[in-house]
Amino acid sequence: MHPNPHHLRRRATVILTALLLFALASLIFAGMTGSVHIPLADIPAALDELAHGQAQTLAATLLDLRLSRAMTAFVTGAALSLAGVMMQALLRNPLADPYVLGISAGASVGALAALLFACAVWVVDSAAFAGAVAVSMMLYLLARRDLRGGTAAEGGTALLLLTGVILSSACMALVTLMLSIAPESRLRSMVFWMIGDLAGAPVRALPWLVLGGALLFALRSARSMNVMALHAEAAATLGIRVGALRKGLFFVSGLLTASAVTSAGSIGFVGLIVPHACRFAVGPDHRLLIPAATLAGGSYLMLADTLARTIIAPQQLPVGVVTALIGAPVFLYQLHRLRK
Amino acid sequence: MLSTHQLSLKTGQRQLVTALDWQVGDGQCWSIIGRNGAGKSTLLRTLAGLRAPDGGHVAIAGRPLAEWPLAELARQRAFLAQSRSDAFAYSVVETVLSARHPYHDNRYWEGSDDHSAAMQALAAMEVDDLASRDVRTLSGGERQRVAIAAMLAQDTPLLLLDEPANALDLAHQVSVMRLLARLCREQGKTAIMVGHDLTLAHSVSTHALLLMGDGSWLAGSTVDVMRADILSNYLGHPIDVLQHGNRSIFIPSEAQA
Repeated sequence: MHPNPHHLRRRATVILTALLLFALASLIFAGMTGSVHIPLADIPAALDELAHGQAQTLAATLLDLRLSRAMTAFVTGAALSLAGVMMQALLRNPLADPYVLGISAGASVGALAALLFACAVWVVDSAAFAGAVAVSMMLYLLARRDLRGGTAAEGGTALLLLTGVILSSACMALVTLMLSIAPESRLRSMVFWMIGDLAGAPVRALPWLVLGGALLFALRSARSMNVMALHAEAAATLGIRVGALRKGLFFVSGLLTASAVTSAGSIGFVGLIVPHACRFAVGPDHRLLIPAATLAGGSYLMLADTLARTIIAPQQLPVGVVTALIGAPVFLYQLHRLRK
Repeated sequence: MLSTHQLSLKTGQRQLVTALDWQVGDGQCWSIIGRNGAGKSTLLRTLAGLRAPDGGHVAIAGRPLAEWPLAELARQRAFLAQSRSDAFAYSVVETVLSARHPYHDNRYWEGSDDHSAAMQALAAMEVDDLASRDVRTLSGGERQRVAIAAMLAQDTPLLLLDEPANALDLAHQVSVMRLLARLCREQGKTAIMVGHDLTLAHSVSTHALLLMGDGSWLAGSTVDVMRADILSNYLGHPIDVLQHGNRSIFIPSEAQA
């Protein structure tokens, strides 16, 4: 009955392999689906064309467009989901998400200000990133007490959480202010940015680097995260540098959030419900939860985006609407089953 | 095992402990006794290294706390916190396994040696049948025993316990205390605990440290310091000691109205 170590390792391998295959299947599905359906049989030929750098057939051109968008969806979803897991471990609160500390609200202020002045796309992205960094810095300065110290941070993370919530609402007030004075013509792009939209999100290498680095950090700290999630401050007596770990989680999850929000706007719910669903399905052990939630978050956003661009085609929905519309009922269902 | 040198503790403006020079030897079992707010938990947290002293220092095995690498220190002393809050649905056995953290620097998963240590600790606390339960569904007493089991799995020579008998039923209070006394006697472990039950403390401890809460303190063997007159003074209420066989029973005196 009691799981032995070999069993645990085998279980982790099976679950992660299944999730990886699911992610690949979702990617192919995203490539096939759209206003023009590409049959599965045509995919290998089209991929071959893409691999040689020349997309001549319609199938190859479409696949190129769809796959790069799906890849952006994957990296964004994976980043949000991983940031969610880290934020929940940091705050020891399963209801935390990457946005709870206001990092994305800061990005919104930056991006909307840039959109208000009709700046170029790269300026909007940089402004979003700068906003996220500014809020992170303010949080760090104001809530230093919770993150300080190499070993024994005293008390919990209540100060950090409260400061974050307040900063977040201050940023949202600025957002509302900008929306209310914005000219009609720019309002649509601003609102779409707020909801989170992958249409026109550029393909970049940076989010992948951030995700890779963050995943590495998270896997290396997975055992310490377990100890901290279980023992709170007393984790220091088990050899965990609580202050340093909190600092690491804070900065890495902030970076992930900033990177995700910069490329796709503030897409809601992924960072909350994917870690939740994964914890429900595979257990709270971070050694398995971290890679599982990363893969599942990527796949979820990829599928949600495929749905968003096909459900009322040719019109495209912002993907944030889909994630929230699926996320809210799934979350409620889970919550109520859990409480029974 | 543990010593303090001119240790001072403060909360806000209040001096809790002044110039505590205290030697705790191997195999001794100490009880820290005092009123609410006298600084018992603060002292224990300072000994555990969770809080910096306001003066003086604490040394374990002759080496000041600050000079110990954290992971090595975690193999020397275990700490039982006064209360626990469980945010996530970890299982009981995972909770206990996490206490093996200081022993596997280079492992991602625990080995079978960790599992057998965890199962032994659970069996010692009579909670082995709960191994796969979600910790959040346990009763207060069961959770307390799981926490003590985690401490045993950490397998350290020094045990610091903040109210170990908290929430335990009568039978388990006695069995946990007996277990601690046996660990000290037979395996040469050292225990320092905070508790409010004087009778229980007297039955297992070899020594006691009394804290007044105004800076003054008194340390010595239970025979010397757990006397009715001294305890009455430190606890702020007259106390009677009754002899029952070879046991001492401590009861508060009836107030003389």
